[in-house]
Amino acid sequence: MGFLDTLLGRTKPVQPKLDALFALPSAAITLEAAAGFKPTGAGSVCFRAAEGRAFSEIEKDVRQLLDMGAGTTPVEVTTDSYSYTWLVCHHSGDDVEALVTDLHAVNSSLVDGGFGPQLLCTLVAFRDDSGRRLAIVYLFKRGTFYPFAPLDGERRDNALELQVRGQLGSDLKIEPDLSRWFPVWGAPGL
Amino acid sequence: MAKTRYAPDRGLIARMGLTMFLLGLVFVAFILVLYLVLSAAHASGAAIVFFPILLALVLGFGSFYWSDKIALRTAQAVIVGPQDGPQAAQLHGVVDRICALADMPKPRVAIAPSRMPNAFATGRNSKMAVICATSSLLDGRLNEQELEGVLAHEMSHVAHKDVAVMTIASFIGIVAALLVRFAFYSELFGGGGGRGRGGNSNNGGALPVVLIVLVVGIVVYAISFLLIRLLSRYRELSADRSGALLTGQPSALASALQKVSGDMARIPTKDLRAAEPLNAFYFAPAFARGGAGASLSALFSTHPSLDRRLKELAKISDQLAR
Repeated sequence: MGFLDTLLGRTKPVQPKLDALFALPSAAITLEAAAGFKPTGAGSVCFRAAEGRAFSEIEKDVRQLLDMGAGTTPVEVTTDSYSYTWLVCHHSGDDVEALVTDLHAVNSSLVDGGFGPQLLCTLVAFRDDSGRRLAIVYLFKRGTFYPFAPLDGERRDNALELQVRGQLGSDLKIEPDLSRWFPVWGAPGL
Repeated sequence: MAKTRYAPDRGLIARMGLTMFLLGLVFVAFILVLYLVLSAAHASGAAIVFFPILLALVLGFGSFYWSDKIALRTAQAVIVGPQDGPQAAQLHGVVDRICALADMPKPRVAIAPSRMPNAFATGRNSKMAVICATSSLLDGRLNEQELEGVLAHEMSHVAHKDVAVMTIASFIGIVAALLVRFAFYSELFGGGGGRGRGGNSNNGGALPVVLIVLVVGIVVYAISFLLIRLLSRYRELSADRSGALLTGQPSALASALQKVSGDMARIPTKDLRAAEPLNAFYFAPAFARGGAGASLSALFSTHPSLDRRLKELAKISDQLAR
């Protein structure tokens, strides 16, 4: 925010950065090779639904668009305990590219409708052979990624997260500010 | 370029700009008049002017620099981490998401034990910012969306650097108030002592100077007081606006306002008096008058009336739906 914006107390909503998302497929390959984490095929977009008809129309269109895609299970729509909306897409585990394309369709629909500032994050789920869970979370406003590894009982596997940060550093732009690696407990699809 | 639904409230921005310009104008006129009065008389009154300004600088800087500590101490609030119980976890979750939506660094989070559902933001910059909610704000009487609306309003105060803006704006008022007090006492004691000694010819020049300074101080204090309160109300409106646009839920913020303001009326007076010094930073004023003096108290109020705030939020809701 500029000096004048501060002085006059106006905040312009932040527009999301979408394109960095397409780095995910290559990062998924790196992650599998380096740490043994395979994509589960589930991915989700989280956004803050705005009130009013304009937003609900766009949301309805997005769902229809995704449901028309061939060979996929229908998208799940859930609302979390903070009343954010999650759209969850499922693909076969090795097709991260198709998943990212679907997620991108959601994002660009919202942006085209003027609701880009409502986008919070996108999440792609991974799992290793021993059943450990991991999500790569993309922060729309920052254009950065961070790993989130939930354990039972709202605890995080910080060691795993930091390990993944090291491994993905060359593929993805990892969020440097650790205080922005906020937990997404109970994120659907994870 | 992406389509945007953001439309700045030009009227509000213009009125706020004008208010700040007038405050600056009053300040310059104040200094100029003091300078003229003192240079026309002897330099004997210089101390009356110099000490209030120095003291106001120290007071203003202190209350700005330690704003987080002072406010937290006054509200008896405690900084909490995400692991400190369910209320803290919920508060952290909401703040995390607002920060990610708005692309802001995360402030510290505090909870104050209070029976008033309310929240405030303080801290001299975004690094030192603290968001504080009272425990009764988190006890379930607001739903998630309403709670988020309240906190988004407070985060907008942080983004707008309202603590810094209001501190600078209040500076002139502090100077004028201190000046009046200094001039009053110096006339009371200095002037009285002079007359006792019978030195009429000596005091003939000094006494009017002190009187003029006294009157100028009172006038400037009154004008700046009204302007500062006006500015505070405009800052509240723009925080409402930014918060509502950030979450996309102006109606949730409106219903939170109604619930919080409605509860205010039922709070015992002891709590109200204890909360009074913090009033300017609260989400809703804890200390409000009604009835016959309503229009006068609206002029002196730190917050706009509930009706005004609800009306502005309804406008945003309408904008979003189209």
